[in-house]
Amino acid sequence: MATESGADSSGEYIAHHLTNLTFGKLPDGTYALAHSSAEAAQMGFWAVNLDTLGFSVVLGAVFSVLFWLAARSATSGVPGRLQNLVETAVEFVDGNVKSMFTHQNRMIGPLALTIFVWVLLMNVMDLVPVDFLPALADMAGVHHLKVVPSTDVNITMGLALSVFALVLFYSVKQKGLGGFAAELSLHPFGKYGLPINLVLELVTLIAKPISLGLRLFGNLYAGEMIFILIALLPWWAQWVLSVPWAIFHILIIFLQAFIFMVLTVVYMSAAHAVEEH
Amino acid sequence: MNINLTMIGQVISFAIFVWFCAKYIWPPIINAMATRETKIADGLAAADRAVRDLELAQDKATDQLRQAKQEAAGIIEQARKQAGVVIEEAKQKAREEGERLLVAAEAEIEREFNRAREELRSKVAQLAIAGAEQILQRSVGEAANSELVDSLAAQL
Repeated sequence: MATESGADSSGEYIAHHLTNLTFGKLPDGTYALAHSSAEAAQMGFWAVNLDTLGFSVVLGAVFSVLFWLAARSATSGVPGRLQNLVETAVEFVDGNVKSMFTHQNRMIGPLALTIFVWVLLMNVMDLVPVDFLPALADMAGVHHLKVVPSTDVNITMGLALSVFALVLFYSVKQKGLGGFAAELSLHPFGKYGLPINLVLELVTLIAKPISLGLRLFGNLYAGEMIFILIALLPWWAQWVLSVPWAIFHILIIFLQAFIFMVLTVVYMSAAHAVEEH
Repeated sequence: MNINLTMIGQVISFAIFVWFCAKYIWPPIINAMATRETKIADGLAAADRAVRDLELAQDKATDQLRQAKQEAAGIIEQARKQAGVVIEEAKQKAREEGERLLVAAEAEIEREFNRAREELRSKVAQLAIAGAEQILQRSVGEAANSELVDSLAAQL
């Protein structure tokens, strides 16, 4: 969609690509799709980004169905192609989990696998040419479409907060409410520095989900942004930049999914660790 | 880039996908992999055992072969000895039988000889009587008598 040059059309093009398909309540009281990002912002909290959440759920379903098909017919004999692929992923995740997480918890493996594969799939959407799906949607009458769920801060923070909730839950479950409170208030300066301890530990605690969610969002948002900027070039020159960037981006896609999984496991491991006092 | 309900939707779908994975995906795959691992370990152990068994069997087979050879050699030796004895015995028997037959034949000859002599003797007596009768009847000369006697004697 490299249209005639001009700052206005370029700006519009970029803004258009960064606008979600948001459904919510308009100021006049009717429920409708937002026509611009300003309108979407006016909808406030009670609105849904249909595009990113939709792609996110579809990709999660793709993961579930694909892996379930392999799991349903899983054999301990010679595995088929699908089972081989799935086992590679499971073995990779299981190996990482086992090397980082030494406590007893049957949730951690499935949790890590779901996060890794799901985030990977969401990131892979970034490799679909930026205008491909939005142009198709435009023909179908949908005027805004962000196809990469992990470029929506709602999606990444949703994942990060879920992980944070699990961290809090297991911290309390493993250490007890008192134990968890003690961990937050008695470090690093002992009981006489309690207020300072509490402030420091709370910052550390809160920083975990925020950094987790924003890291993924930031990396993928930046990557998508660069693809959009490359798409502003004349069509015959785009490949010069888009191909190298896409190849480099494969690394980022995998790395960010991996980092998200590893940090989740590390946080969960810390939640399970009962410190000696 | 507004925080909105999408986040809650994502939290809910996350919970569902993790639950689904923990219930229907993770256990069967991990089980299949663990089962395969033990199968492979068992297979390797069995292969090791088979190699040891083969060595043992080969040793045993060699032992048995050697023993069988020894036994065969013993049997052949014994058979040879026995054959010698049998031949010796047969020779002995044949010799004895030959001697016995010889003795029997000699005795038979002796008997025949005696019988013939007896017969001859009785025939000589008859001839003598017949000769005497003829002499008496013919009353021929001395020459005729001696001729007669000569012919009688030639008949003997």
